[in-house]
Amino acid sequence: MSIIKKLALVAGIGALMSSTASAEGLAGKVIGFSQIGSESGWRAAETSVTRAEAERLGVDLKFADAQQKQENQIKALRGFIAQGVDAILIAPVVSTGWEEVLTEAKEAEIPVVLLDRGIDAPEDLYLTSVASDQVKEGRVAGEWLVGEVGDRDCKVVELQGTVGSSPAINRKQGFEEGIAAASNISIIRSQTGDFTRSKGKEVMEGFLKAEGGGAEICAVYAHNDDMAVGAIQAIKDAGLKPGSDILVVSIDAVPDIFAAMAAGEANATVELTPNMAGPAFEALDAFLNAGTMPEKFIITESKLYTPADDPQGEYDRRKGLGY
Amino acid sequence: MKRQALTSALLRPQFAALAAVLFINWLLFPGFFTVTWQDGRFFGSLLDVLNRGAPVAILAIGVTAVIATKGVDLSVGAVMAISGAVAAVMVSTGTPAAIAIPVALLAGLICGFWNGVLVTYLDIQPIIATLVLMVAGRGLAQLITEGSIVTFSDPVLSYIGTGALFGLPMPVVIAFVLMIVTTIAVRRTALGLLIEAVGVNRSAARFAGISSRLLLLLVYSFAGFCAAIAGLVVAGDIRGADANNAGLWLELDAILAVVLGGTSLLGGRFSIPMSVVGALIIQAMNTGILISGFSPQFNLVVKSAVIILILVLQSPQAGQWLSRRFTPLTPPPKRSAK
Repeated sequence: MSIIKKLALVAGIGALMSSTASAEGLAGKVIGFSQIGSESGWRAAETSVTRAEAERLGVDLKFADAQQKQENQIKALRGFIAQGVDAILIAPVVSTGWEEVLTEAKEAEIPVVLLDRGIDAPEDLYLTSVASDQVKEGRVAGEWLVGEVGDRDCKVVELQGTVGSSPAINRKQGFEEGIAAASNISIIRSQTGDFTRSKGKEVMEGFLKAEGGGAEICAVYAHNDDMAVGAIQAIKDAGLKPGSDILVVSIDAVPDIFAAMAAGEANATVELTPNMAGPAFEALDAFLNAGTMPEKFIITESKLYTPADDPQGEYDRRKGLGY
Repeated sequence: MKRQALTSALLRPQFAALAAVLFINWLLFPGFFTVTWQDGRFFGSLLDVLNRGAPVAILAIGVTAVIATKGVDLSVGAVMAISGAVAAVMVSTGTPAAIAIPVALLAGLICGFWNGVLVTYLDIQPIIATLVLMVAGRGLAQLITEGSIVTFSDPVLSYIGTGALFGLPMPVVIAFVLMIVTTIAVRRTALGLLIEAVGVNRSAARFAGISSRLLLLLVYSFAGFCAAIAGLVVAGDIRGADANNAGLWLELDAILAVVLGGTSLLGGRFSIPMSVVGALIIQAMNTGILISGFSPQFNLVVKSAVIILILVLQSPQAGQWLSRRFTPLTPPPKRSAK
């Protein structure tokens, strides 16, 4: 901690002393970050990863928690503008109503980067947006299953996210695209588990009963890891082995799915990276120091993790992130 | 006399509704009533209905008492999250379950007592008083878990959610015992009568010498206590405390269960066992939707349509209309007492 701080300080002083040069990165820059709040474990991880990234780069991060309210975010943004920060990161809580405050930021010549959610506003009001491709996440999960089962017939049950939410719609679509070419794989049941463990468990219990005790089911695809963790418990209660009797594939890559993977009870997860800030800082570095305009939409990698990727190590690495 | 009372009890519309929903489930899925013996417990869809219905049934037992006093408790879902969070955080930091569980129950009791104080001593309307804890309570639970899902592997706490006693899932046993004990407590003593008296007219009850404040404190504390039990059941079930989602909107299911059970929101006459039946109707419907294979977009539509139908059939007007229409077809049962 202290070494990092000292390094940051040195780097910061360096940046001050050679303000004409452009290779110092973001050290010493003041960047405001307006976070939505603590709605889920993933968001807590995003916050802690953003803080760690800022510390690594020597950025002076001004953090503002909006407690799920847009008015708080707008207030925070006006505060950042008044302080004259070098750049602003914002994870917008809703998609509309941003034009006015973003115009103020633009007039103050402060670049704004959107994290993990898009907004309905003219594209010239923000520098870039960093987000994951939810359709791709589903597709990666589907393609993994295609490769895993080979020519075997495979009946899949699907645990959907909250009805009507964009991750549920997109991850469903992506998975269907991923398995579209494989005629031996079919989704036989699909119900919503509301992204929660207990509903995931309850829905899976229903599926197992309805499909002859689960003997017919070859795989379960869950739109998030929490539902998969619930489904794993339901499969065990039904006297089957998750991971071998029924394959388990899900999305998010939260620590607990790696614990399940280490125990041989889950087979694959697609990462929704909490490190949205990393690419954002890179884009800001290029823009502030070299004037390079980044792409308008930066898509984060949707990385696949299987038991071959040291699940125990991943679990240990992630559990401190506040998931 | 007793047999007649039992027969007329079984002819109540709630039982007809439960039977109808179960029958529809059977039509949708022929294996619905199949119960097998597996790993030392009964296993089947019917058991799922009982097991998944248990948390709402436990909540409904507490909320029935509150509603009978012309109150309402919106905070029970949040209290579930608090008790689950307290127990999970304690056992995951090494506290034995024998201490964590009583502390979690005590937390629920305190939450309920707080509601009771707001309602009785500050005279805040119950819907507002308990709304405070409904919103703040979930935040409190998130504070306890620090926003993450706290998982544990404590065998005792898991047993409450997933264990089995006499082949029945533990939550079912807990709900059943709680129902019997509460029913005996309110019907074999004057307690039930006093609760109804306060519910019908609080001032009149006070003038009649009933300590209505004490009684209200008691029923709100009891509702909090029941919510804490439900919270332990739900946390034990997933071996983790999910402060964001545990018990979310279950207060509304609990109130619905009470209403389906025939207890009036205006206070007075109430029935604990019928509220449990109400909870089972809701869960039978949920389980039916899960195994029916309908697309999830229809879940809420189907659920609300069935609930409206049941409530209409329960309304006195519909009852009169039906009995006028079908009197010749269904003569009232006349069995002698002996």
